[in-house]
Amino acid sequence: MTAAATPASPPATTGGQPGVRLARSRRNAELSLLLLAMVLVAAYAAMVEANVLETVTPDFWVPAAALSAVFLGLHVAIRFLAPFADPALLPAVALLNGLGVGFLRRLDLARATPVERADLAIFAGTGGRQLAWTLASVVLAAGLLLVVRDHRSISRYAYTLGLAGIVLVMIPAVLPSSISEINGAKLWVRVGSFSIQPGEFAKLALLAFFAYYLVRKREVLSLASRRILGVDFPRGRDLGPVVVVWLISLLVLVFEKDLGTSLLYFGMFVVTLYIATERVSWLLIGLVLFFGGAYLAYVLGSTVGGPFANFYLRAEIWLDPFADPYEDGYQLVQGLLALGTGGLFGAGPGGGQPLKLPEVQNDFIFAGIGEEIGLFGLSALLVIYLLIVERGLRAALAVRDSFGKLLAGGLAFTLGLQVFVIVGGISKLIPLTGQTTPFLSAGGSSLMANWLLIALLLRVSDGARRPVTGGGGGVARPAGAPPEQLHGAPTEVIKP
Amino acid sequence: MNAPLRRVGVVVIVLFGLLFANLNWIQAYKADEYRNSDYNGRVQVAEYKRKRGNIEAGGTAFAVSKETSGELTFLRTYPGGAQYAHVLGYKPVNLADTGIEKSENDFLAGTSDQLIANRVKDLFTGDQTAGGNVLLTISKRAQDVAYKQLRDNENGVTKGAAIAIDPRTGAVQALVSMPSFDPNPLASHDTDEATAAYNQLERNPDGPLKNRALGEVLPPGSTFKIVVAAAALENGVTQETQIPAGASYTPPTSGSPIRNAAPSICPESQVTLMNAVTESCNTGFAQLGVRLGADAIKEKARQFGFEQDDLTVGRLGEGGHPVAASRTGSMENADGGDDPAALAQSSIGQRDVRMTPLQGALIAATVANGGSQMRPYLVRQLLGPDRTTDYYTANPRELRRPISGQVATDLREMMVSVVENGTGRNARISGYTVGGKTGTAQSGPNTRDHGWFIGFALDKDGNPVSAVCVLLEEAGSGGSAEAARIGGQIMRAAIADPGSR
Repeated sequence: MTAAATPASPPATTGGQPGVRLARSRRNAELSLLLLAMVLVAAYAAMVEANVLETVTPDFWVPAAALSAVFLGLHVAIRFLAPFADPALLPAVALLNGLGVGFLRRLDLARATPVERADLAIFAGTGGRQLAWTLASVVLAAGLLLVVRDHRSISRYAYTLGLAGIVLVMIPAVLPSSISEINGAKLWVRVGSFSIQPGEFAKLALLAFFAYYLVRKREVLSLASRRILGVDFPRGRDLGPVVVVWLISLLVLVFEKDLGTSLLYFGMFVVTLYIATERVSWLLIGLVLFFGGAYLAYVLGSTVGGPFANFYLRAEIWLDPFADPYEDGYQLVQGLLALGTGGLFGAGPGGGQPLKLPEVQNDFIFAGIGEEIGLFGLSALLVIYLLIVERGLRAALAVRDSFGKLLAGGLAFTLGLQVFVIVGGISKLIPLTGQTTPFLSAGGSSLMANWLLIALLLRVSDGARRPVTGGGGGVARPAGAPPEQLHGAPTEVIKP
Repeated sequence: MNAPLRRVGVVVIVLFGLLFANLNWIQAYKADEYRNSDYNGRVQVAEYKRKRGNIEAGGTAFAVSKETSGELTFLRTYPGGAQYAHVLGYKPVNLADTGIEKSENDFLAGTSDQLIANRVKDLFTGDQTAGGNVLLTISKRAQDVAYKQLRDNENGVTKGAAIAIDPRTGAVQALVSMPSFDPNPLASHDTDEATAAYNQLERNPDGPLKNRALGEVLPPGSTFKIVVAAAALENGVTQETQIPAGASYTPPTSGSPIRNAAPSICPESQVTLMNAVTESCNTGFAQLGVRLGADAIKEKARQFGFEQDDLTVGRLGEGGHPVAASRTGSMENADGGDDPAALAQSSIGQRDVRMTPLQGALIAATVANGGSQMRPYLVRQLLGPDRTTDYYTANPRELRRPISGQVATDLREMMVSVVENGTGRNARISGYTVGGKTGTAQSGPNTRDHGWFIGFALDKDGNPVSAVCVLLEEAGSGGSAEAARIGGQIMRAAIADPGSR
């Protein structure tokens, strides 16, 4: 894990492109890992059926096969569109996505009557819908790879994306609650039975904007003016942008009643700012602002109430969920009980009682899965998430241009932070907030946005690992023309 | 920009490390606590997956678990309905369990430590582990008669209780509290339905959920005279000793006179103790009590079992239905000396004297059993799920010995006189010697009197076969005679079917 995060050799310098061996595309490694992941998904489906139905139906493998076809399609697309992309990303994400579909199908089986179970069509139920969304998301991800042949081209639309991001964030806040509120959080746009979470897409758009903006402003922002306790603090007027984003995240907190999204946006911005400027002071300022703001919201919630009451309630539930185990604390208590019941080894896929959990297909899917696969299984899932995040950061390390570094670093960190926020929330590490668990939770918006995020990481990692040949796909050749993107690249890359 | 990127990588590892550590805390350290939490519905599903054992009396199961197709596999049902509700208690899904269902829960559910070998065996054989069976001492026939006679009493009384015990062992032969209730809706898997049924019972002003035979106390009236008579017999009075009586008696410190239930009862200035008991002479016992003093009466009552607040009726000495403490109340002045008015009223079972029907039955049983009071119990045997392994068999034991054999003999003769010549004639059973004492207790200024009967039956050889206490709350005049009639009926049934012990 750690080895993947910090490549041991050769020591990369700023904007480094590590050794020549990266010229290998490693697509066959990706293919075998992907097949292994799909075998695991099929095995999971078989175990679920054995436990829930007490028999394995002849077509248990159909969802796994459908997923395999979709992911293999993406694999082929990557062979043509991003041949040097990181080979671990697709199999890791495919495994999570496949297990998510398998678990949602498991919920459908548990909900269905024995008669309905007999002909649970492949696209029926939550699991089937998730399968359909996976298909759409993967096609979209391939489309992104097709359209965006070089991640730097995104920076051309930075301001458009920034504006779009802010609009997407704000839509649920300004819409009436009847349309935008689900379970106390105003994060949705509901049209009939169909609902999307624009914030999931806003995340990507805003990050692209941040990356572009910070590359442009990094010199100014990293100028130190005062040195306090050995830390360089920026000038007051340079604080403008960070204060603006802080306010936006607080508005999200107050009007969309969602601490998780707020934490996500703010963390995303502060970390990209830190990566861009290399100033620890930004991290400190960010942490102080965020925790100060959260504490203020807590105090205001307990005294003034109003828009802060929801946050205060969530904090109180977090501090003692068992104080009101049937009403306010119900979700968190049931989540903890599910995890505890799972114990070290879990009840086995299909062996638990996930329907005891509220919101088990959304927020609490990690607890629902945890009851069945236990601490060991959940640890493996966390390791897979960590692998994806660290692979993304590795792409950021390896890519040559600053925009790509910020984009990939920010995307990877955001994914990791989202996992932390939701898994920490359901396990009472931090106050619970309504986040989706990437690639596992039911829901098209989240799945689609996260697949786009992965497509961007694939694109950046392709750019990072591609031999410097002056562009184009295909096999690495000795450099003919001087490469365009030599900014900061060490000269040893062109050594034989 | 690579140094901060690496540090961000470290930060993510730290964040995931926190998640991992926290999951360890929840899934390893706290796992057992969460798994067995009261809020964890999974525990319940697992509990209801296992077939709970029967509770049986006289070879018939009165609490059985039936398989359903719901999420909770086994439904607890009570074929005896209201007739056995206060004997068994009940085991709801979402409400508190009570009675034998509660006290023997571990054995019935199969989770008892005693059954561990059985569970291990099932683990290897793959059999579905079931719970053990509880066999009660109840006599089906006596229970049937007690329930029906009480329900259909001739005074139209709606509240009351009856309990019969075997004087030689303490085994409970019948236990009825009226009004009763059907426990089946309470055990419904539809928790809303169960809650609604419970709330309805809870709101009922007659209190059907109360176990009046064990858990409620009322003034015992003249039945308490047996305790006073026992104290007198131990203080130099004999059956033939003349004690002061009269049409009325006014204690020295009180303006209100004590009178007899009818002018025909002991109007003469002196009667024998035998006659005072037979006729239930209030003026005689009031003066006797004042003469004996509060300490002697309270001590004798305590020896009979008054003031004990930790008695339970279930498995011998190990839980079961809680029994309320019977009380003698205060009979003293503020300065600690006897208050003759209070003492006189207490001596005829009024004032602050309070008794459970069980205590009444225990007094009668003690007298019948030669002065030895056996500990009352309901559970006679615990049978394993296989119905052959015996995990427990009741071994009757003496609870206390309030009176000597001679005093018991004297009291027995006087109580037999009550049934043969006095107020308890309704309790007679042909071929058996029946003794008893009626009681009519004033319940309040605007409510009707409670009718009591405590009694026992002896076979031809003088062996006690049953002791009983019947209470008809607010029965009015004739209440104690009706109680005596019902008591006789119950004992007659208990003689025909003595139950198991």
